[in-house]
Amino acid sequence: MTQTSATTSAPEKDVPFAIELRGISKYFGKVAANEDISLSVRQGEILSLLGENGSGKTTLMNMLSGIYFPDRGQIFVNGKEVVIRSPKDAYELGIGMIHQHFKLIDVFTAAENIILGMDGQSGPINMKAVSSSIRELIDRYGFSLDLNRKVYDMSVSEKQTVEIVKMLYRGASILILDEPTAVLTPQETDHLFDVLRKMREDGKSIIIITHKLQEVLSLSDRVAILRKGKYIGTVSTAEATRQSLSDMMVGERVSLDIDRPDPVSPKLCLKVNHLTCYDKYGVKALDDVNFSAYSGEILGIAGVAGSGQKELLESIAGLHPCDGEFLYTDNTIGATVDLHGMDPLTIKKFGVALSFVPEDRLGMGLNGNMGMTGNMLIRSYREGPFHTIMEQRRPRELAEEIRKTLGVVTPSLNTPVRRLSGGNVQKVLVGREIANAPRLLMTAYAVRGLDINTSMLIYQLLNEQKQKGVAVIYVGEDLDVLLALSDRIMVLCGGHVTGILDARTATKEEVGLLMTTHGEE
Amino acid sequence: MNEKSTAREPFVRVVRRDELPMWRRFAIRIIAALLSLIVCALFIFLVTRSNPASVYRSLVDGAIGTTRRTWSTLRDTAILLSIALAITPAFKMRFWNIGAEGQILVGGIATAAVMRYCGGLSPFLLFTAIIAASLAAGLVWGLIPAVFKAIWGTNETLFTLMMNYIAIQLTSFFSIVWEAKKGSGTIGTINSDTKAGWIPTSFLESLFGKSNYSIIVLLVLVLTVAMYIYLKYTKHGYEIALVGETENTARYAGVNVRRVIIRTMALSGAICGLTGFMMVSGSSHTISTSTAGGRGFTAIIVSWLSKFNPFIMIVVSFFLSFMSNGAIQIASEFKLNESASEVITGIILFFILGSEFFVNYRVILGRHHERQPRSAGKEGQA
Repeated sequence: MTQTSATTSAPEKDVPFAIELRGISKYFGKVAANEDISLSVRQGEILSLLGENGSGKTTLMNMLSGIYFPDRGQIFVNGKEVVIRSPKDAYELGIGMIHQHFKLIDVFTAAENIILGMDGQSGPINMKAVSSSIRELIDRYGFSLDLNRKVYDMSVSEKQTVEIVKMLYRGASILILDEPTAVLTPQETDHLFDVLRKMREDGKSIIIITHKLQEVLSLSDRVAILRKGKYIGTVSTAEATRQSLSDMMVGERVSLDIDRPDPVSPKLCLKVNHLTCYDKYGVKALDDVNFSAYSGEILGIAGVAGSGQKELLESIAGLHPCDGEFLYTDNTIGATVDLHGMDPLTIKKFGVALSFVPEDRLGMGLNGNMGMTGNMLIRSYREGPFHTIMEQRRPRELAEEIRKTLGVVTPSLNTPVRRLSGGNVQKVLVGREIANAPRLLMTAYAVRGLDINTSMLIYQLLNEQKQKGVAVIYVGEDLDVLLALSDRIMVLCGGHVTGILDARTATKEEVGLLMTTHGEE
Repeated sequence: MNEKSTAREPFVRVVRRDELPMWRRFAIRIIAALLSLIVCALFIFLVTRSNPASVYRSLVDGAIGTTRRTWSTLRDTAILLSIALAITPAFKMRFWNIGAEGQILVGGIATAAVMRYCGGLSPFLLFTAIIAASLAAGLVWGLIPAVFKAIWGTNETLFTLMMNYIAIQLTSFFSIVWEAKKGSGTIGTINSDTKAGWIPTSFLESLFGKSNYSIIVLLVLVLTVAMYIYLKYTKHGYEIALVGETENTARYAGVNVRRVIIRTMALSGAICGLTGFMMVSGSSHTISTSTAGGRGFTAIIVSWLSKFNPFIMIVVSFFLSFMSNGAIQIASEFKLNESASEVITGIILFFILGSEFFVNYRVILGRHHERQPRSAGKEGQA
């Protein structure tokens, strides 16, 4: 393909675009991650890059930040064609990207992290002078950041602030943020957006990668939409609605309403008393947590990431040492036992299923090097008619069934699941746990990284379980979803239960406030 | 400024490939092996001025030129394969057992001890005792680092490595205790008169001829099949794969990680010990500090190169044994140092290992604008 049309690409206005991409393509083997994408960002503009997971947003931006190199296409920065071979090239062009996983040194302070790796004159660094110039940046945009605090003492939101300030201090005039709000409370999100608006006024260009429609509408000037690696179009936010964006993003009309059937004759299933535990560093992760879960009900658990959700579910599943009582009532026979102190196997036999989707998806629950069939066996490899030899047929059938019903896209049942996309990995995990026919189903971040269609499918599966009389505990991130799906919402903050609300009447603000109630030390 | 791309681009780019079809993966490896032979020929010619073809011929001659040589190549293959099989479960569990040398030696010491002290027993009892002793010795040697790792989280790499030196010192110690002639410091051939505890070399003589090593070879073949089944189809094998991948997933599945580590290393050490028995009883009939001779480390290459597949290990260990036996012939025939053969083996291994890069990655040269868009089908139709 030759770029003969030399005349078409001159910018219409006299001010050149801060960034312009023309015909960018990137292939991973046979898969086109990006195909012929052209888009532009003006100076002093916030552009949302909207698309479902796997639509190629991050890949595209990684080519701007020097992590990948495009197979085809041209990149222009301020009207001049450039080649970005490495993150260093990107810095020099004033492009800074804030990734989903922060790249900070835990034992360094904010200020040390900000200047880390920068070129400078030889000799000792004048930290005072550095700090005052960083402070100037902080004040200008209204960040809140203690420069002398070490990273390991910081909340997620503070770490993100360090990353942003780091980019600005290096002279970035084009900022790319990859799903920056995934880890923030509503209040923190609002604050971040205020800061971004100030940066826009200052003439900076900002690209924000997201799949949350609400954020797109409240923050950005224009929205560029990608779908399955292809560029769908750019619309002005003023003319867009939630439904119109979602239609463009998915390519078909999707209902955005989540069902919430009323619980049918809820019975006490699990009563947690005085649960206290410590994380691997010996810090108290949960402090005297008390709650009950009922059959036929979805109990939502809200909280900023790292408030003790992980420890809570792992403690109940017998994977985390803890103190307390888990009074589990089997309603089919009416007996009650304390699950505390039992090993995961015994607990599983009582019908307790844990579908835990940790941040790195394959860290627990699935084995990345095994195929779907192998992963079906994780919970059940001990079963089957033989003593030493594993059963092969049943897991294969189960894998096939999950592949069909949940629409898992995989070349074969034996393809290692780490090669599948995040959404497909999740389907495998959630599908397997539900197939266990549990009486208590715990899921953490079940829809993390899933596209709208798949998320809706998962909600529907959870509702089906609920209507079958399963007690569902749903740890979620998106408050809108928690409020729409759950019957009750329990809010965790710093390992404490700060409230248990009726999800039918609670508001987002109420929950958001509870999420930060006891956060301060 | 024109619209044509003027910017400089990287000259070479490396892109990860999709899964290649089986035959293409093998084609790449075979091309690499052929290339390596050409490079070896160049090396031979430049350094020795001999005719590469005749050097290759004597290599083959040295490895499989006579029945006796063939059997000794087969025996070395079996021994190397057996060690590779032994360490594979540990490596699959991501337990870096580099202590095979030591585990072999203690198995050998146990064998030698039983041969010396219980030589009068009936063959059946004697072999039972020898096998039990060698298995137990290797098992203990493998168990010690595993227990420390499982309970206190010590580093198994250093631990198993150091256990090798202890085993070597023990061997030196027994070389003095059991020395054949005062002051010789070597044990000499054990039971040279009665041949008690020697693995018979006349098994199926009508079929394999005199002095064959068929018992060892058959034993290791059985072991190969058993290990394949153990790793792939048993619950133990599944647990090993889980622990090797992520400990969290293993715990989630309810696997007792400590128990799996200890059990697997016990198995790994025991098979190494059994290999020690095969070396002492089946081939050298003595023991010295060089009995293992670095094969505990070579086996690591065999295991990884075969991607932990026991059947591929047969091919790899045969290749390595073939090369090293052929090399001895080259050395004597062309008055070359034995190192010449090591250079050749090194070159071949370098090419074969290097070919894995081309199996997994594609290298793109030159400017990308001129490149035709890659049609999705192109790669697939192969």
